[in-house]
Amino acid sequence: MKRRHTFLVSMLGFGFAFFYIPILSMIVYSFNESRLASVWGGFSTKWYVSLFSNKQVIDALILSLEIALVSASIATILGTMAGIALARFTKFRGRLLFSGLVTAPLIMPEVITGISSLMFFILMAQWIGWPAQRGFTTVTLAHITFSMVFVTTIVQARMLQSDRSIEEAAMDLGSRPWEVLRDVTLPVISPAVMSGWLLAFTISLDDVVITSFTTGPGSTTLPLLIWSKVKLGVTPDINALATLMVGIVAIGVVIAGIFMNRAEHRRQRDEQMAFRANG
Amino acid sequence: MAAAGEPFLRIENISKFFGPFQAVKDVSLNVAKGEIFSLLGGSGCGKTTLLRMLAGFEEPTSGKIFLDGRDMTGVAPWDRPVHMMFQSYALFPHMSVEKNIGYGLKHEKMSAQKKASRVREMLELVQLVPYATRKPHQISGGQRQRVALARALARQPKLLLLDEPLAALDKKLRERTQFELMSIQQRTGVTFIVVTHDQEEAMTLSDRIAVMDKGEVKQIGSPGEVYEFPNSKFVADFIGSITSFPATILERQTGQLRLSVPALGGEVMARDVPGLSEGQEATLAIRPEKLLISKDRPEGANAFQGTVKDLAYFGKDSLYRVILPSGVLVQAHAVNATRGGEAARVADWDDRVWISFAPSSAIVLAE
Repeated sequence: MKRRHTFLVSMLGFGFAFFYIPILSMIVYSFNESRLASVWGGFSTKWYVSLFSNKQVIDALILSLEIALVSASIATILGTMAGIALARFTKFRGRLLFSGLVTAPLIMPEVITGISSLMFFILMAQWIGWPAQRGFTTVTLAHITFSMVFVTTIVQARMLQSDRSIEEAAMDLGSRPWEVLRDVTLPVISPAVMSGWLLAFTISLDDVVITSFTTGPGSTTLPLLIWSKVKLGVTPDINALATLMVGIVAIGVVIAGIFMNRAEHRRQRDEQMAFRANG
Repeated sequence: MAAAGEPFLRIENISKFFGPFQAVKDVSLNVAKGEIFSLLGGSGCGKTTLLRMLAGFEEPTSGKIFLDGRDMTGVAPWDRPVHMMFQSYALFPHMSVEKNIGYGLKHEKMSAQKKASRVREMLELVQLVPYATRKPHQISGGQRQRVALARALARQPKLLLLDEPLAALDKKLRERTQFELMSIQQRTGVTFIVVTHDQEEAMTLSDRIAVMDKGEVKQIGSPGEVYEFPNSKFVADFIGSITSFPATILERQTGQLRLSVPALGGEVMARDVPGLSEGQEATLAIRPEKLLISKDRPEGANAFQGTVKDLAYFGKDSLYRVILPSGVLVQAHAVNATRGGEAARVADWDDRVWISFAPSSAIVLAE
């Protein structure tokens, strides 16, 4: 029993080490005084200072946040609609095809998504003259197409868990379908919608591949900037930048997790209270 | 307005197909205003489908529903003066008890003050005033059931549909809630249609019961009628327990039938049933509580001798299983009217006893 326990713990330790030592070392070296990325020269926050005085970095960060904000919001609206449709309308013509098409980007290699988006934008520009130039709009559109899938999956799972009859009850009490959606369906699935948004936001924020295919001159997002800088050698300010990105993404994921869990916990606790009060 | 003599709710030749499967088969029935009417049957008998068609969630494949003289065909659920209490209660989890109850009033043209007082009235009706601001997950199952009832009644529907209203409650609470439901129905005067699989629930709650099987209505009648005068083996079997034997009709006399029942080892006198003819094969059925058990030969007809094979003591009564010379087992209930425990009971294991029943207690079925 004891040995097995040790074995499991050490396997867990190895697993975590494999994932997190590279990230940890990056975070540690972002506070490195030395100019050489591989030599420790004492603690310093000067790379963060230089980062924030670098206009190129700040512009890239703002662009990334803007793209993430817009694409996550639109992806959430579209993804929620698709999720509700897939969960509620069990029978419609082409449902299988629709659900396959919605979830295909999950397994599609990013390079393929990137190339096809690029081709699409080029052809569009030839046919209707839009988009004349690739940049914010094209990157945002491309991000919407692949982050929407995640929202759809989360919302669909939540919808399948929820009791169909509460929507029927609202309808029975005089509400038309859109009122049912507004009063009952959306409030009930709102934690899932929120966590879908956060997920879409973080996915958009750290995407490199699809962004690099669909962006144009002058529109460099933060991950693209890091990528181009690394090609010239790893410098400590890259470490600082990457640490910031890890921080933002981690916060997003943690908040999404809290949203998902908190509602469940509160419900369980209240149910126990009700049981004790009436038992 | 309903024409004179027009029933409040008229269901006319309703059928419902799901693909090739026919869930409801040509059902017609009438319900009077203020009645508690039950649809009783096992799972898959079509009772819930019928209820959902009344609510407007399903459209009948053929047939019509008239409520208070108005044809309900094509009327959307949100436009029907019909509200439903769902089996799962279907309370809105993100709304407080009072918001839940007041939800339907949103669509009523009345002042906010009037709405608030209507919610208050409903809370009082179901005795939930102290819980008004709680969320559904903060109250007990029985309280949730009452919120669901209050919510469905708040808009004063013409018809209230109750889908297994007591199924989710435990036994003690169920008995109490039954009487509560009946008293609320009497106070509000709303017509209730109850779907249930529980025959006891249907018997105690209802003015009339429709017993359903495989999408068809087998019998409609008051609880007393369907219990004492079932028109088929299915109804007799479904409501209460019954012992039945194959029989042949020997003779029709004035108001009486003489049957040959080989399993009982003799002839039986029974009350006449219209539509039977001499020489016809039939079924004789008897409720266990109508079978009397005694040591000595009783007076009159319909007495047969047997041996006690098994007995079970329930306190207020005992169940005897008596084996007849033909090898057939019959069940008889006897009330333990005198005190004295085991020593006071009518018969013991392996005793020779007589079982008997009144001719009026015998149910003769033509199948």
